[in-house]
Amino acid sequence: MTGTTEAVILAEGVRKTYPSRSRPSLDGFDLAVRPGTVHALLGPNGAGKTTAVRAMATLVRFDAGRVRVAGCDVASESRRVRERIGLTGQYAALDEVLGGRRNLEMFARLHHLRPGAARARAAELLERFGLADAAERPVRQYSGGMRRRLDLAASLILDPRVLFLDEPTTGLDPRSRAEVWRAVRDLVDRGTTVLLTTQYLEEADRLADTVSVVEAGRVIAEGPPEELKRRVGGSRVEVVVADPSEVDKAAEVLGRVCGAPLDVDPDTQTVRAPVGGRGSELAKVVRALDEAGLEVEDIALRRPSLDEVFLSLTGRRTGEGEG
Amino acid sequence: MNATVRRLGWALSDTGVVARRYLSHLVHKPDELIGTLLIPVLAVLLFGFVFGETMGAAAGVDDYRDFLMPGLFALTMAFGIGNTTIAVVSDAGRGVIDRFRTLPMAPSALLAGRSVSDVVAGVVDLAVLAGMGLLIGWRWNEGWPSALAALGLLLWLRLAFTWIGIYLGLVVRSPEAAMKFFSLVFPLAMVADTFVPTSSMPGWLAPLAEWNPLSATVVAARDLFGSPGVVSDSWVAQNALLMALVWPLVLLAVFVPLAVHRYRSAAR
Repeated sequence: MTGTTEAVILAEGVRKTYPSRSRPSLDGFDLAVRPGTVHALLGPNGAGKTTAVRAMATLVRFDAGRVRVAGCDVASESRRVRERIGLTGQYAALDEVLGGRRNLEMFARLHHLRPGAARARAAELLERFGLADAAERPVRQYSGGMRRRLDLAASLILDPRVLFLDEPTTGLDPRSRAEVWRAVRDLVDRGTTVLLTTQYLEEADRLADTVSVVEAGRVIAEGPPEELKRRVGGSRVEVVVADPSEVDKAAEVLGRVCGAPLDVDPDTQTVRAPVGGRGSELAKVVRALDEAGLEVEDIALRRPSLDEVFLSLTGRRTGEGEG
Repeated sequence: MNATVRRLGWALSDTGVVARRYLSHLVHKPDELIGTLLIPVLAVLLFGFVFGETMGAAAGVDDYRDFLMPGLFALTMAFGIGNTTIAVVSDAGRGVIDRFRTLPMAPSALLAGRSVSDVVAGVVDLAVLAGMGLLIGWRWNEGWPSALAALGLLLWLRLAFTWIGIYLGLVVRSPEAAMKFFSLVFPLAMVADTFVPTSSMPGWLAPLAEWNPLSATVVAARDLFGSPGVVSDSWVAQNALLMALVWPLVLLAVFVPLAVHRYRSAAR
């Protein structure tokens, strides 16, 4: 068993090239996840996040490197690793025809719980994830959020030490997304280590203690979300002026209130400037623009997108160095 | 010793859990069963009442309905491949197989469970079809033990075909692609001793049809049911019972390892 300070997931120099692809999916992937934390892999589609998760969850045999999860080697002790992990993939991996209870009982039986214990565990998890009322309904009638919650519950039969979540909220509406986030935080409170992948900066920011930015099969930046956001430059205010001739004047006002760097686009009559995340700064900008007598067509606070994270970390937009 | 016994026990238990899962599908979603039976049941009616008279006369068979039923039984066993492939491929597509693979369960229990449930579904298929047959006047003439042995041979063939279906389901990537494979089952099931005796086929085709695994089972089943048939004097046709046992064994020896390897190898 590993000590508490040691990494519960440790990947070193993992390489994987699928036979059908020319570029490696993992190209020297390194990762260390501390126990009891939420660690996010953030990256665009095709960055290698899913392959990384599948490699760490014993599903992909990699070409080179070493992965240890919960004290066991993924390649040589896969069965032991499987007893200690849970995985929730991009699609809800459930039996659509069976009800929620039957699904959980089946997975519990396959975790080698005795029938009675399987029934008890299923009932407990249904209760905990707010699915007791829908227990007998076939899963194909569940909403997206309910499926994800049941999917999560199915990964938690044996209270795994490490839970892998591959894009847990992709395709969910905001309410379902909040439900999943709440469930994940609850798990971490109970001591589970969570490794999740996401394309959403906001999700990484909300959930993760540490974020690793993944591109082209390796980690290109890592740190707490705060630090990452600082490097990216945080939120920006975006002002669209009504009169094209006033773009320069707006730039001058924003420069005075917000400071550099300004992003001026005369074609769309838009000026962007960095601001803190708080609304009070936006109010300050609005006042300054008003005092200068500028007619504003649109003003908005924009959080940095994944694209901007990449732009500031790598100097190019997502998807550019590919192919 | 103890550990091995326990492992084996869990493997059986895992297989049972998976088989129960698929069997519940038959109850909750009977369209799968109905889909497999639709063509054979229609065939009973079409060939029994529309084409039968002519085909029987042309083929030199007195009672075409008695001749037809064993062929349709085997045909239904072959059509089961489609359901198996589609079930496996949709499990793979939705990540269900990945979840099973991350469980500490016996690695091949998922596939074994599927094949067990397929054989049980085969029993249901045969029962429905036999009921249809009895309605249109089909009878077996050699007593219960022989009839049960014939049904056993048919299920043995179904088991072998199931593993072909499982392997295909692990190889193809979408249900649509699986359907394309399935259209190949049609000629395979026709170029056999199913609807007409192989002796009525062109000289170059007859050996192909005789060596078709389906033919061996059909000819052996006809013999056991005491149904009329035109048995050619080729070696395969004369040793149909032996071949009806050997063919599925050969198919299993090929496709079980292929499927298990495909399932366990992580390079999907």
